[in-house]
Amino acid sequence: MKILTPEEISRLEEIARQLRADSLRLIHRRGAGHPGGALSAAEIMAALYFQVLRVDPQRPDWPERDRFILSKGHASAVLYAALARRGFFNLAELDNWGEVDCPHQGHPDRFKTPGVEMTSGILGHGVAVGAGLALAARLDHAAWRTYVLLGDGECQAGLVWEGAAAAAKYRLSTLTALVDYNDVQLDGPVHEVMPVEPLAAKWRAWGWHVLEINGHNVRQVVEGLQTAAEIHDRPTVLICHTTKGKGVSYMENQSYWHGNVPNADQLRQALVELGEVQNG
Amino acid sequence: MANWKKAPIREALGKTLVELGDRYPQVLVVNADLRNSVKSIYFMEKYPDRTIEVGIAEQNMIGVAAGLASLGFIPFAVTFARFASKRAADQISMSVDYCRNNVKIIGAYAGIFTGAQGVSQQMIDDTAAMRAMPNMTVIDTADVHEVRSALLFAAEFSGPVYIRIGRDEWPVVFDETYTFELGKGRWLREGSDVVLLNSGILLPYAVEAAELLESEGISAGVVNMPSIKPIDAALINDISRNVGAIVTLEAHNVQGGFGSAVAEVTAANYPVPIEMIGLRNEYSESAPNDALLEKHHLNPPWIAAAAKRALDRKNRLRC
Repeated sequence: MKILTPEEISRLEEIARQLRADSLRLIHRRGAGHPGGALSAAEIMAALYFQVLRVDPQRPDWPERDRFILSKGHASAVLYAALARRGFFNLAELDNWGEVDCPHQGHPDRFKTPGVEMTSGILGHGVAVGAGLALAARLDHAAWRTYVLLGDGECQAGLVWEGAAAAAKYRLSTLTALVDYNDVQLDGPVHEVMPVEPLAAKWRAWGWHVLEINGHNVRQVVEGLQTAAEIHDRPTVLICHTTKGKGVSYMENQSYWHGNVPNADQLRQALVELGEVQNG
Repeated sequence: MANWKKAPIREALGKTLVELGDRYPQVLVVNADLRNSVKSIYFMEKYPDRTIEVGIAEQNMIGVAAGLASLGFIPFAVTFARFASKRAADQISMSVDYCRNNVKIIGAYAGIFTGAQGVSQQMIDDTAAMRAMPNMTVIDTADVHEVRSALLFAAEFSGPVYIRIGRDEWPVVFDETYTFELGKGRWLREGSDVVLLNSGILLPYAVEAAELLESEGISAGVVNMPSIKPIDAALINDISRNVGAIVTLEAHNVQGGFGSAVAEVTAANYPVPIEMIGLRNEYSESAPNDALLEKHHLNPPWIAAAAKRALDRKNRLRC
């Protein structure tokens, strides 16, 4: 296992900070979007796109690339920010995000945004689709890996567990799921809307290798993903404990910020807190 | 051109659910993590003990609702149309439609005007799926008053009902006296050259198109037909015989939806030229409503152009 140097950790933390600021600017400019779950996934996305995923921005269709599915497609802002900063397209392309004929859709669309592996937005589908990708990789004797990021509320959907069962049955060790476990969904706390606990025991019972980590610690995310690559007899899930709206005080743990848009003052305060602009 | 007053459709949904709760103690609401979006939150605030929340699990939502209905409750399963219809289509078919369970399925955010979220939160083929179910009543709604009236009807009616409902601020065509009638269409405007036959949220644009056509000397009638199944075959036959040219309008794919339902009636009884306004076998995208209206040719000038095509075909047939 590669041990990240302090400099590498700082670099990924800085990228996560930028992804948060980018996400909020994008959502504010568009006047629509989902800030809470974009912010909670920033370190996960930084670790994936800037350390772990083997992708080539110059060749989005490179056959040997790793596949990433944002099953929680409503967090599209942080995916677009990551793809843009990784070089798949220019962030300025998102200036008209939300307008007619803009290629980049409200929820990710693989036919319209380079680097988007799978169209998403209907929650619950990602693990099943990911299992299909991992099976295809095996049939093709390919070395690439499949990663699926899902929400915790999404684990309420029965289809997640149908996909999980299939992945375990076929011992799809190249499939890694990550759960952004921020315990907040649109209508309120996950443990109130519909509890998902004991989440780790459920994934274990479904035949998966389970790791529980702090999803805001880039070292833990990277090491968790590296560990997953060393498990050869079953798929692995990283249960990433996170904070919804992480990094912006008024958004943290508030279900209101699942799908609401910061106004100009709120955006400014958020960017101050994220170290993007000076106060006053 | 009409200067419409506008009112938010999802607010009407939320408020009417509360009204139903006040009127009928058997009415329950089953949510799937979208109560703040579809405004069933209002019902929950007043009737927390009559609210069931299943989380992001719409197949389970329908199963739970079917069980509740089988014991005499009137469950309203309320979520986005995409998830309310086809995600749970098999469960609806077996546990609601085939079993004739008294479940009311509310497909909010139906069509494409869904707050710029894009295809995964839009729904353009729910009418097709739901009207193919033998026991299902299928209703599309045009404005806040039709939403309220259709919901009141559904609570009174015994049997499975699917109601399409929009989301945004939308022109108000009717008033408080409006009453939904099952299987009945209604003339909003008489016309002898062509009839604009509407089901759902495009109604104000049909009215505006008729005004445009009038300014060009074409007499275009407007008929609103919220009841897609059962459909008002008698009125469609009257229009076919007496006017002889039809434009259908729906916020749905033109394949399999309201236009197809109208064509089934005319083909069986009195075939006449029909032009269909709706999604032309295409998906939409995330963009402001006005831009989508234009992009998909749903605006009054496009409707008027379709009416002229239908009229032209009628005239050529009669030469």
